[in-house]
Amino acid sequence: MSKQDNKNDVPTTGHSWDGIEEFDNPMPRWWLWTFYACIVWAIGYTIAYPAWPMIKSATPGLLGFSTRAQVETQISDAELANAVINDQLATVELTEISADPELLGYAKNKGAAVFRTWCAQCHGSGAAGVQANGYPNLLDNDWLWGGAIDDIHTTITHGIRNTADEDARFSQMPAFGEILEPTDIHAVANYVMSLSGEAQDSSVVEAGATVFMDNCSACHAEDGTGDRFQGAPNLTDAIWLYGNGYDNIVKQISVARNGVMPNWNTRLDEAEIRAVATYVHSLGGGEATE
Amino acid sequence: MTHSSPETPPSLYAAREPIFPKRVYGKFRNLKWFLMAFTLGIYYLTPWIRWDRGPNLPDQAVLVDLSTRRFFFFWIEIWPHEFYFIAGLLIMAGLGLFLFTSALGRVWCGYACPQTVWTDLFILVERWIEGDRNARLRLHRQDKWDFRKVRLRVTKWVSWFLIGMATGGAWVFYFTDAPTLLQALVSFTAHPAAYTTIAVLTLTTFVFGGFMREQICIYACPWPRIQAAMMDEDTLTVGYREWRGEPHGKHRKSEGSEQLGDCIDCMACVNVCPMGIDIRDGQQLACITCALCIDACDDTMAKIGKPRGLIDYLALSDESLERGGSKPRPIWHHVFRLRTMIYTALWSVVGVALVVALFMRQDIDMTVAPVRNPIFVTMSDGTIRNTYEVRLRNKNGDDRQFGISVRGDVAYFVQLEGTPYQSITVNADSTLLQRVYVMAPAGSKPATSEVTDLRIWIEDLSNGDRAYKDTVFNGNEK
Repeated sequence: MSKQDNKNDVPTTGHSWDGIEEFDNPMPRWWLWTFYACIVWAIGYTIAYPAWPMIKSATPGLLGFSTRAQVETQISDAELANAVINDQLATVELTEISADPELLGYAKNKGAAVFRTWCAQCHGSGAAGVQANGYPNLLDNDWLWGGAIDDIHTTITHGIRNTADEDARFSQMPAFGEILEPTDIHAVANYVMSLSGEAQDSSVVEAGATVFMDNCSACHAEDGTGDRFQGAPNLTDAIWLYGNGYDNIVKQISVARNGVMPNWNTRLDEAEIRAVATYVHSLGGGEATE
Repeated sequence: MTHSSPETPPSLYAAREPIFPKRVYGKFRNLKWFLMAFTLGIYYLTPWIRWDRGPNLPDQAVLVDLSTRRFFFFWIEIWPHEFYFIAGLLIMAGLGLFLFTSALGRVWCGYACPQTVWTDLFILVERWIEGDRNARLRLHRQDKWDFRKVRLRVTKWVSWFLIGMATGGAWVFYFTDAPTLLQALVSFTAHPAAYTTIAVLTLTTFVFGGFMREQICIYACPWPRIQAAMMDEDTLTVGYREWRGEPHGKHRKSEGSEQLGDCIDCMACVNVCPMGIDIRDGQQLACITCALCIDACDDTMAKIGKPRGLIDYLALSDESLERGGSKPRPIWHHVFRLRTMIYTALWSVVGVALVVALFMRQDIDMTVAPVRNPIFVTMSDGTIRNTYEVRLRNKNGDDRQFGISVRGDVAYFVQLEGTPYQSITVNADSTLLQRVYVMAPAGSKPATSEVTDLRIWIEDLSNGDRAYKDTVFNGNEK
């Protein structure tokens, strides 16, 4: 407002910028006390809590605090809190899970976590499988061994074609390359293609039909729609486990790859298996129980 | 000014000079009493206002419900995804502060800042218990802690502490139902977080209002340092008409009195100042422009028969006018200028945008997240299926049935996970995450195109309210 001498005679730092000078006011004394208090606090803190790095590990602190122990406590607390609903999930009728919204929501979330830990390696994190490589897509409505909740539960529990579980689902497609003549394979491949669209070589389709009836229909059914009791794929639809097209079909007929899935009953508990079954069933292809 | 010399280094740390503000009467003091009652009233009473929202929602008018993540303000309910309303209000508060500072200087500091209001309240209590300035000074200088001094000090500290507790207590009522919490608090069954919050706020109120006072403004608060950027020569601030008052001095009948200015050096302006400064030194960092010195000086001027306003709200630009003997320009001349108009315009733009956004909100709402892993699924009959995770929001106070449909080029088939129906119930005041399957027949255009536009509609089946979100359908392009 007006140019006056400072009445308190506060010294300046001696610096001047365009006539603007800087006061050299003393710090408030309580600030100093606060600073000392912080130092005392810091010393006490490093004694009470893990602090000073040593050669192998830091000093543990008198209070014995550890974030790892904290996490362990939190995990066991969470398990304890979920014990009742896990028990319910493990014992209720499989078809009843979807009738209880709370149980269903819990099972789906738990199942999603289990899926990403144990199943995503083959079936993909989005459960889309690996197309044409024999890892089935779990999102569509085509199921090799059945898409009802009970079927999915059995598949996860015992697995497929593994040697560890006697109850594993089992079937084996022979390698027809050692059984049939190349002309027969050429013919039957064209017949299979004709079931779901255009055959590559229509002149051999009729011959292929005969080969199919003699060699393939026992498992894949006379109309080619497959058989879920044997895990034999439906050959008339748009979904191909090992890829469509002439080359892929001839290859599968000749060398007959058979996918293997481990049994999970030794690694997951019943509640986890049911949770992941519920999750897979809810991905868009789940079938109603007959 | 003196410069620090190496021979006699000044102390790096200084003890706080205690301040004993004197009682003052006048129009600015009255305005401050009113504002204190008004702002404290709002703070302490707001949590107790009830507002009926129906059976499923809380009936507290202003409630920050952290457990369900809702903010209730009378008829307005803000959900977490509408946080931009809070951001907008904060921007408006900032611009409002700029506006007031550019027009009236540190008017926020002087009248409305909680630190000022609570300090004022604490000084009031102090005066009631220990007496006015001179009595307090005597008590302070009395070295012996006799019964009277102990009684007065303890009474004062206990009163401050109780105010602190009421302050911390009022704060927690904003976060949960106030009557229920009060019962829990007095029966010692409330959540530890409530007690911790009250304890921290009680302590800070007690220390800041009772002992730190002006130290907070001078050393802790960033706002005084920032405000200079919004002030200019037209800003009205509390100042001293030095050209009228100087040379100051006691008017005696002896020689030389005629040459003295209007200031009789009565020290009234210094004695009433809660910041402990002398406004006659000019505008300074420590001045919060509470205007109490104006009241004090006006009182003195009236007593000695001089016109009021030796200390007054002044603008720098008027100084040369007044020195030249002219009258200062009217207040509106200082207040209405380009800078304040820009601040007002900005403030209004944000305000209007918020009001428009508020009235355009719907009671039903959704977000759509297409599932990208995988982007589509081929079904056994060749149908291409896309999956969308639709978050349905029902802001009504009762359960609503949401119908879901799709608008596009061809006949899509829509299916909801977990239900054979095309509609789903969303509970009152909650959200539901629903997987929605949209299928395009084999060979149709969307099934064979890379990307097709898709619009997902929701409809509140009870009243026909509709809302949509645009997304895309991914096909199997070969």
